[in-house]
Amino acid sequence: MQDIKKEENLVYKTTDLMTDKALSYCPGCGHGVIHRITMEVLEELGLSDTTIGVAPVGCSVLAYEFMNIDMQQAAHGRAPAVATGIKRVWPEKTVFSYQGDGDLAAIGTAETIHACNRGENITIIFVNNGIYGMTGGQMAPTTLEGMKSSTSPYGRELNSMGHPLKMTELVAELPGTSYVTRQAVHKPGNVRKTKKAIKKAFQLQMENKGTSFVEVVSNCNSGWKMTPVKSNKWMEENMFPFYPLGDIKTPEE
Amino acid sequence: MEQELRLMKGNEAIAEAAIRAGVDAYYGYPITPQSEVMEYLMAEQPENRTGMVVLQAESEVASINMVYGAAGAGKRVMTSSSSPGVSLMQEGISYIAGAELPCVLVNVVRGGPGLGTIQPSQADYFQSTKGGGHGDYKMITLAPSSVQEMYDFLIISFDLAEKYRTPVMILSDGAIGQMMEKVMMSEQKPRRTEKEINKEFPWATTGGSKENRRVITSLELDPAKQEQFNLKLQKKYREIEEKEVRFENVECEDAEYLLVAYGTSARLCQQTVKLARKKGIKLGLLRPITLWPYPSKEIASLIDQGVKGILSVEMSAGQMVEDVQLAANGRVPVKHFGRFGGMIPSPEEILENLEQKIIGG
Repeated sequence: MQDIKKEENLVYKTTDLMTDKALSYCPGCGHGVIHRITMEVLEELGLSDTTIGVAPVGCSVLAYEFMNIDMQQAAHGRAPAVATGIKRVWPEKTVFSYQGDGDLAAIGTAETIHACNRGENITIIFVNNGIYGMTGGQMAPTTLEGMKSSTSPYGRELNSMGHPLKMTELVAELPGTSYVTRQAVHKPGNVRKTKKAIKKAFQLQMENKGTSFVEVVSNCNSGWKMTPVKSNKWMEENMFPFYPLGDIKTPEE
Repeated sequence: MEQELRLMKGNEAIAEAAIRAGVDAYYGYPITPQSEVMEYLMAEQPENRTGMVVLQAESEVASINMVYGAAGAGKRVMTSSSSPGVSLMQEGISYIAGAELPCVLVNVVRGGPGLGTIQPSQADYFQSTKGGGHGDYKMITLAPSSVQEMYDFLIISFDLAEKYRTPVMILSDGAIGQMMEKVMMSEQKPRRTEKEINKEFPWATTGGSKENRRVITSLELDPAKQEQFNLKLQKKYREIEEKEVRFENVECEDAEYLLVAYGTSARLCQQTVKLARKKGIKLGLLRPITLWPYPSKEIASLIDQGVKGILSVEMSAGQMVEDVQLAANGRVPVKHFGRFGGMIPSPEEILENLEQKIIGG
């Protein structure tokens, strides 16, 4: 194996900005890919020594163990406030939060909306899998109508449980956001698109354009109780119609 | 150098002291009776004086988490609020203690529970000294009793916070926050440079290289390691208890009876001591300046010197009295007298209660 690993044979290499620690995510989950491309973008933009990341509470609570940069772990939902606190005193540094849908769209709704509305010059990466993964598959603010979870075992019923929340469309309405997009990482083409979107988000932060916001619709094969392959198919058939992919707001050229 | 004197409100003194202490950021949310802190800062525009950031957050929950972020990134940062707002901050304070971040918090206490009243109170003693948030942590708590002390303690608090990597609370009340007194100004301290921050706080997330990256967290999934971390915290707390107790004695040399009171109550008790002395009662006053760590040893030594009974005077239904009782350890009678819900006792009322509950009791 070592004989093959030569410079001239190298077509791809993992970024140094991912640690060697084994990921804690379930096999088939999108988090690992989103971590990697985020770190690749920081490396490519030359930001690895000037970036501070903020990890949430949820499946990606341990993001700081995998992302090989300065990181802070925030209380549940408070990552945009923590990121605001950092960015305001270090305006020349790059600051981002990495959050799931329970963290960002339920308990942290106020912090998300106000950071975006103030136009905090930070990047928010929002991984939406429609469920609380870490605590065992409970209903999230983003859980689809009729979707089963451990706290909606007969499916989400809108009259009593409320509607799924489209946070990304909501923050796109706010004057403080520069770039708001929704992507996915279930296919190589989508991974490339998402990486491009994350790159654009960080570039806009470097240009002081306000809040850049990238939602990545992802699967949760464990929480959805499906195989990874089936969960990706289910995501395409059910999540994408409600959470359509593409740019929602782009900066005026 | 000529001394600079100013007439200011307690809340304004906190704000001016923050600028002069070289504070990097203030994050806050309006609430009576402490809104003058942020109002003063916004009017003063400290970004032009020192580069200090002032930001009005969407809630106390947000402001305490902004404090967490900036403190974790090595900056001098503070917030202020009043009782209901400080209740909202408790989660963040627990995280700050758990991540060992230095910062200063100010509580200009009003009467509760609930929305309560906007009038002064001392009913947040338990919350501040016993750990208002979850988990085994302690918070250094300083109790100013004058506008000058609001100013001075803000500066001392940052030094303590940074020395021990711990949050420090200034537990004031609506009376001291709102009243005006003369304040002696100190000289302007410079804000730390990036180089100084990296040297003094090597743990701070200022954007590090992958060879030397920093992580701010309070999470530990391995209970054995979490226990070790808790033991480390406890060791730090014992050191603080050993070294950082502050108090003031008034007429205690020959005291047969003792009042224990802090903040606004201590000012009233000074009058009571005078009234009692006129009547021939040998009364002294112990004013705890640090509420945690508590001057327990001083209470014990005053009992050794001949104190026969103690009245704990608080604008609460009886909170600090528990610490006085622990310090007295059953050796002499300890009673509580308080007015609360925004009411303030008179010196005469205090003397009456001393005579009834302690001297005659």
